[in-house]
Amino acid sequence: MRQVFARAIGGVAMIGLIAGAAACNSDSSSSSDTASGSNCGYKLAYFGALTGSSANLGVNIEQGFELAIEQYNKTKGSDCITVAKFDSQGAAEVAPGVARSLVADKKIIGIVGPPFSGESEAADPIFEAAGIPTVTPSATRVSLAANGWKTFHRAVANDDAQGPAAAAYIKDNLKATKVFVADDQSAYGQGLADVVKSTLGPLVVSSDKTEGDGKQTDFSALVQKVQTSGATALFYGGYYTNAGIIRKQLTAAGWKGTLLGGDGMKDPGLSKASGITAAVGTVVTCPCSPPEAAGGTFVTDYKAKWNVAAGTYSDVAFDAANMLLQGIDAGNNTAEKLNTYLSTVNYKGIANTYKFTDKGELDPTLIKVWAFKFDQSGDAIKDVEIKTS
Amino acid sequence: MRGIGVLVLAVLAFLLPYAGSIPGIGPQIITQGIDWPSALFNMSYYVLLSLGLNVVVGFAGLLDLGYVGFFAVGAYGTALLTSNDSIMHTKWAWIAAAPFALAGTMLAGLLLGWPTLRLRGDYLAIVTLGFAEIIRIVATSTQTLRGDRGFTGIPHPPGSFSDGKPIFGVTDATPYFWLGLTVIILVILGVRNLDRSRVGRSWLAIREDEEAAEIMGVRTTKFKLWAFAIGAFIGGLGGVLFAGEQGFVNSQTFVLQFSILVLAGVVMGGSGNIAGAILGGALISYIPDRLRGISDPFFHTDLYEYRFAIFGVVIIVIMVLRPQGLIPSRRRAMELKDREKEVAPL
Amino acid sequence: MDFSGLIHDFGPLTITGLTQGAIIALFALGYTLVYGVLRLINFAHSEVFLMGTYACLFVWGLFGLDQNSAAPSAGKMIGFLVLGLVAAIIASGATALVVELVAYRPLRRRNAPPLAFLITAIGASLAISEATGVTTHRNQAGVPPIIQAKTVIEFGNVRISNLQILIIVLALVMMFVLDRFINGSRLGRGIRAVAQNPDSAALMGVNKSRVISLVFVLGGLMAGVAAVMYDLKIGVTRYDAGFLLGIDAFTAAVLGGIGNLRGALLGGLLLGVLQSYAAGLFGSQWLHAAAFVLLVLILLFRPTGLLGESLGRARA
Repeated sequence: MRQVFARAIGGVAMIGLIAGAAACNSDSSSSSDTASGSNCGYKLAYFGALTGSSANLGVNIEQGFELAIEQYNKTKGSDCITVAKFDSQGAAEVAPGVARSLVADKKIIGIVGPPFSGESEAADPIFEAAGIPTVTPSATRVSLAANGWKTFHRAVANDDAQGPAAAAYIKDNLKATKVFVADDQSAYGQGLADVVKSTLGPLVVSSDKTEGDGKQTDFSALVQKVQTSGATALFYGGYYTNAGIIRKQLTAAGWKGTLLGGDGMKDPGLSKASGITAAVGTVVTCPCSPPEAAGGTFVTDYKAKWNVAAGTYSDVAFDAANMLLQGIDAGNNTAEKLNTYLSTVNYKGIANTYKFTDKGELDPTLIKVWAFKFDQSGDAIKDVEIKTS
Repeated sequence: MRGIGVLVLAVLAFLLPYAGSIPGIGPQIITQGIDWPSALFNMSYYVLLSLGLNVVVGFAGLLDLGYVGFFAVGAYGTALLTSNDSIMHTKWAWIAAAPFALAGTMLAGLLLGWPTLRLRGDYLAIVTLGFAEIIRIVATSTQTLRGDRGFTGIPHPPGSFSDGKPIFGVTDATPYFWLGLTVIILVILGVRNLDRSRVGRSWLAIREDEEAAEIMGVRTTKFKLWAFAIGAFIGGLGGVLFAGEQGFVNSQTFVLQFSILVLAGVVMGGSGNIAGAILGGALISYIPDRLRGISDPFFHTDLYEYRFAIFGVVIIVIMVLRPQGLIPSRRRAMELKDREKEVAPL
Repeated sequence: MDFSGLIHDFGPLTITGLTQGAIIALFALGYTLVYGVLRLINFAHSEVFLMGTYACLFVWGLFGLDQNSAAPSAGKMIGFLVLGLVAAIIASGATALVVELVAYRPLRRRNAPPLAFLITAIGASLAISEATGVTTHRNQAGVPPIIQAKTVIEFGNVRISNLQILIIVLALVMMFVLDRFINGSRLGRGIRAVAQNPDSAALMGVNKSRVISLVFVLGGLMAGVAAVMYDLKIGVTRYDAGFLLGIDAFTAAVLGGIGNLRGALLGGLLLGVLQSYAAGLFGSQWLHAAAFVLLVLILLFRPTGLLGESLGRARA
């Protein structure tokens, strides 16, 4: 018995040593800098996926967010507001634990994120209970605003706007008569595809589903269905990794139609997965404006800091961060005050003007949806703005 | 003597949320990238799952590669009975839904056990794997179980303090951990009694040599079904707790890798031994969570990314050096010593 | 349930299914070989396959081919194909050998219980796939267009491409070669002897260790061929590609009768075709569920798989 005890304790001690050694390498959390002025010494947090299969979308947002804070700190002449990053991996079962460590840090008074709808469902209740305002630049699931959360703010249009816009593009611009609709069964993808399906009505010849992003590589069943259906357009509700592989397999099978999708597919990762030539002509909609239309020096500043071009929603994240910073600057230095500030804000950013309804949705008059097309550069370039009536 | 030692351990376990205050090693033990009480809660349901799988694999010797299925049934059962999103519209409280969810899980265990009675060990493995995958696919692809959208607003366990604030809130995971720990202790007591009873001896006989047990009059059918039902029950307990803590359940959680990880934990810890299962379960949850938030010096990637690679190596090392597990059951240890002396056929 | 769709597309669905089934069958051979001789479920076989998929990409990359390159001319195409096959076979075979030496041999020497082998296999599988995942940042790797898929045979609404023919023919050929080897050659006899009764085989002068290593290498060889076919058909590979397909292959091996070579072929083709029909009937999201339900049903009535029995019973 004693031997067992001794071994157990020895094992645990060993683990403790290993963990201790690992911890010695740990980055200490950013030291809180107290600077002059009562509106300094606070933190703004990014909560969302930084790793995982659709990580690019989260990383784009985090980088826009960080750029804004860096520029703000420069104008203040000190490390006034600190950046805090929390990686939820876009996974709903990981999100609550990470969210709790976020709310445990009392210096955090505002959050940009979460970027994905699934993790929002899991983490937002915790932020709501702690009273910290969130501004999501990309979570488009409609039901998020229906939970009665007072801290929820969405800086983009939801799927109720993007879906009909995509359908309108298929009908009016592409003039397709046979459309195949598929989705990846994710909260985002299925929601979008369902709206497109119901709007297009009889134009839809067939539909199918795939596994979630990063969970499937063999799409031959889908490809074969698309081919035999005779469809000239395929709308896929999903993210860029799956979409790219599907596009590659469709091209290899000789299918010459157009692939369309939503903002989850608007990333160079799509052409990286499919090969540049295969991706040319793929259309993606986005409730965001082209990054080059962003005002000010955003595009060049982003490129200078991160060495890559601004990605999808980087500009919206930049605006969201600046909106919060402006609020702090005006003296709203608690989470509660910041939240109240957001409910009446009318902020003119570089990508859009922001005003929120009482449910946290973006004011409908400020919504814009654009269509982008992939070209030889491997990135999605602006095509047309889709008028949402 | 032994009883007091165990009692001390139990009390210490309840004090774990305050481990960060231990001078010196305290901050090294607690997790960084994730809230420590949340990490403790994660450990508690992993330990529960390990205990359950230990009954199936360790005691009865039934190779189950799809244990996450029972966890899923427990969680989804709770969700269906309590969430606003559910088509059942029952909207019960968590505590009312729990017994029914658990009954459902036991039923699932019997449903799994019955067709597999005739199957030999390795075939059983693939069928159990298949069952878990079927459950996951059904959860992902049917409207009733809502796939990735999941069930939101699952109520938390009941109870409030004198000032009206709920004990089981969203921001503090400590009450959930204590609840989990209590459940674990009850499960340990129950399983230990079973192990020492006729049921446990029958399981032992089935594990060692099923045909011989059959010949000696052990009702293998009955006891194999028992093993599945009890294993399922414990797995379902984990699911019910998980649903109550998270408030949200969707199909992404219940992947095959989860089952495999729990199995590895049980065997690494010491299959057939309760203490071993606890240690194994705690480790497979603690180590990844502990690695979160730490960047490696070369690629500046969060060490969390390496967790499975590290696990894989750790598993190989432990199995090669100590195949009986970290805390082996005495019987196993003796068994292995005997086997080593035999001439290996291959 | 789309019955009319199934009937209308029966031809194309069958071809798609056979092609996928051929790859699964080759992959399944590795599981079945190792099980037949060692009674061990080689969980790490999926990573043996994975290494093959990356190896041919690496070799093709040395020639400057990536997924954005143009397709090579006919002569070069054959050359690249052979090169890719060789690279994949070497990588897969080597990986299989390393796993055997590092993970299984030490356990065999200690006469460890079967469960320990399974867990070690899991550990090896995790270690290799995760190491690959971390190195590739979990991104997929695109396959260069070595073979331009062109429709070669066409009747009704059925279109068979050159790639599909290549895959099916190659699988059958490899299967035939393996069968001849196991049944005809001296080494093959040694394998069957060890599968039947290791102690007698040793008494008859068979070098058990060498036979075991050979079995692993053979499985790796088959997996290597499957890997190249997979790369050409799917167009991408990723760190979890082995795991995803491995579940299918393992199911196919059990379906046909684990330990039975012809069972692996039958199981693989059957699984591929039935999954294809299920996808046509119910939708692609159900194809794996259909496979498992089928497996349970078949095992209920034939607990040792369709063709049953194992390597040792003189019925390959």
